[in-house]
Amino acid sequence: MNVHEYQAKEILKRFGVAVPRGIVAASPAEARVAALELGSPVCVVKAQIHAGGRGKGGGVKLTRGVDEAEQRAREMLGKNLITHQTGPAGRQVRRVLVEQGLNIERELYVGMVLDRSQSRVTMICSSEGGVEIEEVAANHPEKILKEAIDPVIGLAAFQCRRLAFALGVPPALVGKMTAAMLGLYRAFDECDASLAEINPLIITRGGQVMALDAKMNFDSNAFFRQKEIVALRDFDEEDPREVEASRYDLSYISLDGNIACMVNGAGLAMATMDIIKFYGGEPANFLDVGGGADKEKVAQAFKILLADARVRDVLINIFGGIMRCDVLAQGVVDAARELNVTVPLVIRMQGTNVEEGQKILADSGLAIIPAETMAEAAETIVKAVQG
Amino acid sequence: MAILVHKETRVLTQGITGATGQFHTKACKEYGTQMVAGVTPGKGGASYEGIPIFDTVARAVAETGANASVIYVPPPFAADAILEAADAAIPLIICITEGVPVRDMVRVKRYLEGRSSRLLGPNCPGVITPGQCKIGIMPGHIHRQGSIGVVSRSGTLTYEAVDQLTRLGLGQSTCVGIGGDPVHGLEFIDVLELFNRDPGTAAVVMIGEIGGSAEEEAAVWIKANMKKPVAGFIAGQTAPSGKRMGHAGAIISGGRGTAKEKIAAMKMAGIRMAPTPALIGQTMQEALGNT
Repeated sequence: MNVHEYQAKEILKRFGVAVPRGIVAASPAEARVAALELGSPVCVVKAQIHAGGRGKGGGVKLTRGVDEAEQRAREMLGKNLITHQTGPAGRQVRRVLVEQGLNIERELYVGMVLDRSQSRVTMICSSEGGVEIEEVAANHPEKILKEAIDPVIGLAAFQCRRLAFALGVPPALVGKMTAAMLGLYRAFDECDASLAEINPLIITRGGQVMALDAKMNFDSNAFFRQKEIVALRDFDEEDPREVEASRYDLSYISLDGNIACMVNGAGLAMATMDIIKFYGGEPANFLDVGGGADKEKVAQAFKILLADARVRDVLINIFGGIMRCDVLAQGVVDAARELNVTVPLVIRMQGTNVEEGQKILADSGLAIIPAETMAEAAETIVKAVQG
Repeated sequence: MAILVHKETRVLTQGITGATGQFHTKACKEYGTQMVAGVTPGKGGASYEGIPIFDTVARAVAETGANASVIYVPPPFAADAILEAADAAIPLIICITEGVPVRDMVRVKRYLEGRSSRLLGPNCPGVITPGQCKIGIMPGHIHRQGSIGVVSRSGTLTYEAVDQLTRLGLGQSTCVGIGGDPVHGLEFIDVLELFNRDPGTAAVVMIGEIGGSAEEEAAVWIKANMKKPVAGFIAGQTAPSGKRMGHAGAIISGGRGTAKEKIAAMKMAGIRMAPTPALIGQTMQEALGNT
């Protein structure tokens, strides 16, 4: 789960990371009041959407005076901001963050990620702040500094000092830098984050160390103990079908094609998308109905798939393990009848009680095209869509 | 021969009184696995299907000589269950539970350092040596005894591959699900190493997916060390960047962990890659040279 910049900054502030003074505004008038309250000769108006690259996309503007702050906010609010991460349609800006302007001496990068091959959380730093870390990693790998963190000890102060000195932070500011790094680590750890980035972390001419921008993602597996984080979720930033699917414990991702698929198991669902593509089709989605898919779940899954206007056909691929094919077949038939499903259904079933399952499908009177193998199912559905 | 589990393996179920624990404990017992104990705190002294239940893992091990544990407890308590099993020095711990927070698993992995226990999972289907021992949630009947080792990050996609192998007359030595989470126990390399040494395994099917770099690391290891033919498949060639594809670990982040990179690395290592998931069995057959 992602949060907005202003929310990430509120979290970081709680853990002792200094952030610029700022106020969130949902209207141009509010932005004007915010700029007035901040009383800063220069303010920055920043569009709040869940995507990076806002600066280049025109979503970050320097302003002088309340009139200009209001004007910039008016230009952003309600409009779709397009960045390299939003896709061509862009994302609607519903809020802006108005912040005090600061005199920047240096821009650094400080981030935290999980290093999967070490099973350790790692702090990553770079002297090249303000640009994407992937870019730095590709072009100047020598400028990336890392410290792996022992989960028992946590991030140690000496590790922060080592990073700070390597970044060339003036000795008088190493203490402030260490405090910012420790705060970032504690925020990451205690909030069950999966990613946290301060980019840039700035040193001001006045000798302050501050998070000028912040990004945090969170581990949804830890939501049971992170009520405060869950409350920050912004459904406007998510695909409504993905939100609907998650309510029924279905794992759904919307894609660009026109062949819908319904599969049990994440690996098999990905493999089903792949084989559709291999035979020249385009999958409309990823959908894992899980191991315990009953009639209710299958019905919900159908509803979500068919709500997509581009969908011409549905491919169902089930490998019956513990969940028997006959039970699943009955679920599919009941749900298809209940919802009056009229699009062609290609169904491939394999595994436990497959003969009974196929009989239920054949006797249903529904327009079901059965397939033996995954290859046959994919070929059949691609031909059906193209024909 | 086989790896990790066999006829003599004595299995303990942690979370034996929950619906999932009961269902699969019974199914594994029916398959022929020696299910010797169960643990549910507060239910010690009771029994299920003739299997004695204990309050603690330490007690269960002392009383029954269990040398493998399978965990079905809910996500908030799963990490603690792994710790308890490791503390009791159980040689093989298998965590089926899906949804364990990454933060918990980072700590669990730290706790396991320097200990004798091996962890499989979490978020995995388990491990099966056909005809001898099944621990986990996979359907036993699709497997046949044989000499193909299978290692995979997936559940149903593994069943699909096993089913194809069985239909082609290629039985399996042991099938191992290492799990779909970003932080888990045994890695591809650990399992490949065991298959390489196992005289009962003639060849290996390796099934990976997008996210992380475990497949690339395994490819490097295979090129340098593997003495047996390997067939492979990577799921998620059509997956978009930045989206979690069902499994917590199946995500392309910062442009890394794509199927393309993994397939290229595996091909470089001499692994025969199945072009589609429908051809995993056939690709193994080709790698064995008996098409």
